[in-house]
Amino acid sequence: MIEIKNIRKKFGKLTALDNVSVSFKRGECIALLGPNGSGKTTLIKSLLGMVVPDSGTIHFDHELITGKWRYRSRLGYMPQIGRYPENMTIAQVLDMMKDIRKKEHQQYDEDLVKSFGLNNLMQKKMRTLSGGTTQKVSASLAFLFKPDVLILDEPTAGLDPLSSELLKQKIIKEKQAGKLILITSHVLSELDDLVTEVFYMQEGKLAFHKKLAVLREETGEHKLSKAIAKLMRVQEV
Amino acid sequence: MKTLLPIYTLLIFLVTAGGELEAKTIRVGKSRTVQAIQKAIDLAIDGDTVLVDPGLYQEEEIFVQKSIILKGINYPVLDGRNKYGIIRVNARDAVIDGFKMQHSGRSEIKDIGALMIYDSYRVVAINNILDDTNFGIYVQNSTNCTIKNNFLTAYGKNEVQSGNGINCWRSDSLLIIGNKITGHRDGIYFEFVTNSLTWRNISRKNIRYGIHFMFSHHDTYIGNVFEENESGVAVMYTNNIHMYNNHFLNNWGDATYGILLKDITDSEISGNHFTRNTVGIHMEGCSRINLYKNAFYNNGWAIKVQASCDQNSFTSNNFIGNTFDIATNGSLVLNSFDGNYWDKYEGYDLNRNNTGDVPYHPVSMYSMIIDSNPASLMLFRSLIVSLLDKTEKVIPGITPENLKDEKPLMKSLPL
Amino acid sequence: MKKIFKYVLVDIVQNKIVLIYTLLLLVISLSVFNLENNASKGLLSLLNIILIIVPLICIIFSTIYIYNSAEFIELLVSQPLKRRTIWLSIFSGLSGSLCLAFFLGAGIPILLYHADPTGIIMILMGLSLTVVFVSIAMMAAGLTRDKAKGIGVSILLWLYFSLIFDALLLFLLFQFQDYPLEKIMVFVSFFNPIDLSRIQILLKMDISALMGYTGAIFREFFGNTTGIALSFAGLCAWIFFPLLTSLKKFKSKDL
Repeated sequence: MIEIKNIRKKFGKLTALDNVSVSFKRGECIALLGPNGSGKTTLIKSLLGMVVPDSGTIHFDHELITGKWRYRSRLGYMPQIGRYPENMTIAQVLDMMKDIRKKEHQQYDEDLVKSFGLNNLMQKKMRTLSGGTTQKVSASLAFLFKPDVLILDEPTAGLDPLSSELLKQKIIKEKQAGKLILITSHVLSELDDLVTEVFYMQEGKLAFHKKLAVLREETGEHKLSKAIAKLMRVQEV
Repeated sequence: MKTLLPIYTLLIFLVTAGGELEAKTIRVGKSRTVQAIQKAIDLAIDGDTVLVDPGLYQEEEIFVQKSIILKGINYPVLDGRNKYGIIRVNARDAVIDGFKMQHSGRSEIKDIGALMIYDSYRVVAINNILDDTNFGIYVQNSTNCTIKNNFLTAYGKNEVQSGNGINCWRSDSLLIIGNKITGHRDGIYFEFVTNSLTWRNISRKNIRYGIHFMFSHHDTYIGNVFEENESGVAVMYTNNIHMYNNHFLNNWGDATYGILLKDITDSEISGNHFTRNTVGIHMEGCSRINLYKNAFYNNGWAIKVQASCDQNSFTSNNFIGNTFDIATNGSLVLNSFDGNYWDKYEGYDLNRNNTGDVPYHPVSMYSMIIDSNPASLMLFRSLIVSLLDKTEKVIPGITPENLKDEKPLMKSLPL
Repeated sequence: MKKIFKYVLVDIVQNKIVLIYTLLLLVISLSVFNLENNASKGLLSLLNIILIIVPLICIIFSTIYIYNSAEFIELLVSQPLKRRTIWLSIFSGLSGSLCLAFFLGAGIPILLYHADPTGIIMILMGLSLTVVFVSIAMMAAGLTRDKAKGIGVSILLWLYFSLIFDALLLFLLFQFQDYPLEKIMVFVSFFNPIDLSRIQILLKMDISALMGYTGAIFREFFGNTTGIALSFAGLCAWIFFPLLTSLKKFKSKDL
């Protein structure tokens, strides 16, 4: 579904992406992992068209995305830190997004809005919301338009355990519905039940891209965190 | 016309009072026995009236040398065909009333007036319309003459070729009343004219000055309007003039003044309105002039006082909406400015006596800068200029420190 | 385009700073008109507000707003929208709301107390300067990534247009005062939107003084229809040039 070929991106002297090629398929839930500054966010942003790669190509459903914008109607994005116009209410933000994407979608997926209990907070202004509530809004927005691809940047950061669990359930549900899901997270333990593939980056390069099952087999560890740790140790040696 | 009838009666009475013969009236017209005005005048004797029917009269210069009343009915047209003067008067007690004089001639050698009055006494020119004349009414060496309610229009293109509207030279005790003058070189011009009154005239859109005089002492100017003249008004080398309640309006341009006072001394200027002039009053070499209760509204510069002026006093005037109030070119101040209203005054009045407690300095620094560097006017009212001006107000460096109003009024005067 | 514009506008209109700005303008305008016993003096006091405060508030508020909206802009970019649409919507939202603030705060009092050509040209110039400085802020914010640096650049730009430019000009006028500089001054004034606006207001306010000396040249140029049209074209250029520069930059910008 997404084909990334040889993309490179430099910010000044820093190489954020160094000749990365990868393809993501429908129905997978992929964990984008790696230390800070390894290029995960840059990769996501390249997918979203926020960052323009210096070279290389990205195809979305066999279509080159450079300079295109319509393909994004099939994407749902939940940013790491969501900030919204501070004087808008939650209702206005939702309305605005619906307004923006009106043509393509008539029905909305409001599961998360309901389960997070945002309905009771609709008239609250964005600047009065806690970080967690803002994240709930971001998450709800990502799922609202039933996108084919979900890109979630640190989705559970700042969420309380209950909401975190709700979000996980939702992710699983969407995965089963055959959507492509990309997740970055530092809390590896959370990803155990979710992911089907692991995509590990280091210093702008792809370290490895493996099925979770394969990874577990290779390392003999069930827990994702331990498996990764083991693999890294092996590589260092 | 009706209202003026008693005056004629009186005039006729005066003219005929001393005469030994019964006054008669000679009528002139196309359908009458006398068809030329000059012929009627030749037939008349002192005290007679020559009454002219309406119509076009193309005679060469008509000469009046007798004490007669020459009166037109419904403005008979006297046409100079751009060759001749139209009426020439050299008489005592003559009246020229109700004619339309047009297309008078012009000469390079001497000034030709449409209506020339010379070496005369008590001549009256009243209710005439002068159209397309070079010099309009020309008074020379005459005394006690009255020029009243005449309507003078010329179409001068440049200063050199046009003549003045009412031009008076070496005369005394004239009355110039209620005339309307436009399109001439100078609307009214006096040279060596003394003890005269100029009252309620309107002089506008002339190609040089609205009024221009020199060496004309002891004259009085009341209630005249001088508007949109190319160079405003200029008066020179004269003492003892009295100007009351005149209006100087909309005189715009480089070297254009509401009034230019050059070497004027011992005079009174009061109750006048100076509105929307580039410079309201420009004074050079003036002494002992009292300027009080004048209104200066929306002028570029209300008053420019050159350093050559001394002992002039400016009191109880209103200065409102002028870009600059006072400008001067020196640091020595020999004139007094007291008890005026300045709208730019920012002081306070703690004892509530309607007089500001701190003096007002009416000279702004930037006006002095503009004086030396005119192009800098473009930066006027910019932040840098406001800052410079404010600094100068606190620490005067360029502006004359002594030029100040110690008793600025808090409220404008009802002028 | 219209959709985002609407929401940005609603957001900014409710912004505290904009509300305070509107009230401040309103209080200043009402007090200058009520305290001064003649309205034209009040107008004069307002002139400084329009030429100094309006550009300052507009450029700083817009710059800060753009930086604070960085994440929101990211969110919008991740939506099926053209970048051009997003940027222009933010620009129109900012200029629309600040123009509204100016009109409510200063425009209406001017219309109430001084609805003559001078008053109307002042309102027009205030509105133009608002849009021009929003546009310049978009450029300053678009060209620098760092917020503190961007705000610094904005303040410097404001300082340049409202003070330094004129100070330099004054200096040059005195350096070259033996040369006829009037025509050059006319030309140079196009390089500063504040000067362009100020001259248009001067032409209404100080026409009597402008008629003397070199005034004739200024009036000949700025006073006739072509001149007025050219000044407005100049102001429009000051709106479009920075805006298009920032748009070009934004289109290829990494967020």
